[in-house]
Amino acid sequence: MSQRPVARVAGLCLLWYAMWLLMSGHYTRLLLSLGAATVVGVALLVTRMQLTDREGAPFHIVPRLVFYLPWLVVEVFKSNLAVARVILSPRLPIRPRVVDFHGHQKTDLGRFIYANSITLTPGTITVRLDAEGFRIHALTEEALDGTEEGEMDRRVCRLEGPS
Amino acid sequence: MEMVLDYLSAALLLLGSFFVVVGGIGVLRMPDVFTRMHAAGLTDTMGSFFILTGLMLQTGFDGVTLRLVMILGFLWFTSPVATHALAKAALHGKIEPVVHEDEGGD
Repeated sequence: MSQRPVARVAGLCLLWYAMWLLMSGHYTRLLLSLGAATVVGVALLVTRMQLTDREGAPFHIVPRLVFYLPWLVVEVFKSNLAVARVILSPRLPIRPRVVDFHGHQKTDLGRFIYANSITLTPGTITVRLDAEGFRIHALTEEALDGTEEGEMDRRVCRLEGPS
Repeated sequence: MEMVLDYLSAALLLLGSFFVVVGGIGVLRMPDVFTRMHAAGLTDTMGSFFILTGLMLQTGFDGVTLRLVMILGFLWFTSPVATHALAKAALHGKIEPVVHEDEGGD
């Protein structure tokens, strides 16, 4: 467990209640209190399940996420165009390949974000992820050794931050 | 202003539809399950991105807009997990990925 579990659980409760308010759209006293009761119930449940650690409630990466996500959207857009070009070209110039490599992330959360970012950019899919590293299926060579992969590794490491 | 938003929204919806259609063509043209997943990725990422941003411009920038943003977020967080699960299941089912010949494979 982490250093300040209470703050983490409180943060989660605020987030859930904001989401509940947004999704429900009814602001009568009964429904507001039902929502609050639900949030408290879920908070008790996840605390008992010990899911409120740095990995379960990663508030510490949120400030850096603000810089990472726009970059990721741009990368996803670029690789979408590349894959669309491959699909629409008459010869279907694919060179599928499977490669193994290691990321430099220190935490499971970092590895998870890296693996998902790789899969989210079309042209590369993380097919296996374990302690030894990542196994990637790539549609073309460019999808793989285009600058993204090394750059993405560095950026996810920066996103993880000093732990 | 309203008309500008309408045209912008229509352009985004068309762009999104373009990526969805290209993704569909890709799924039909690709040789095996892994390469098809790459094609389907166009539909989940830019297809959903442009269609949902196009729809956001049709809302009055209120709770509905925020809900659309959340839908986009959930799609972008969950679709790679689903793709990874599919790829893992395919490998577990002993499906060998087609690899380019002169690379020798894995």
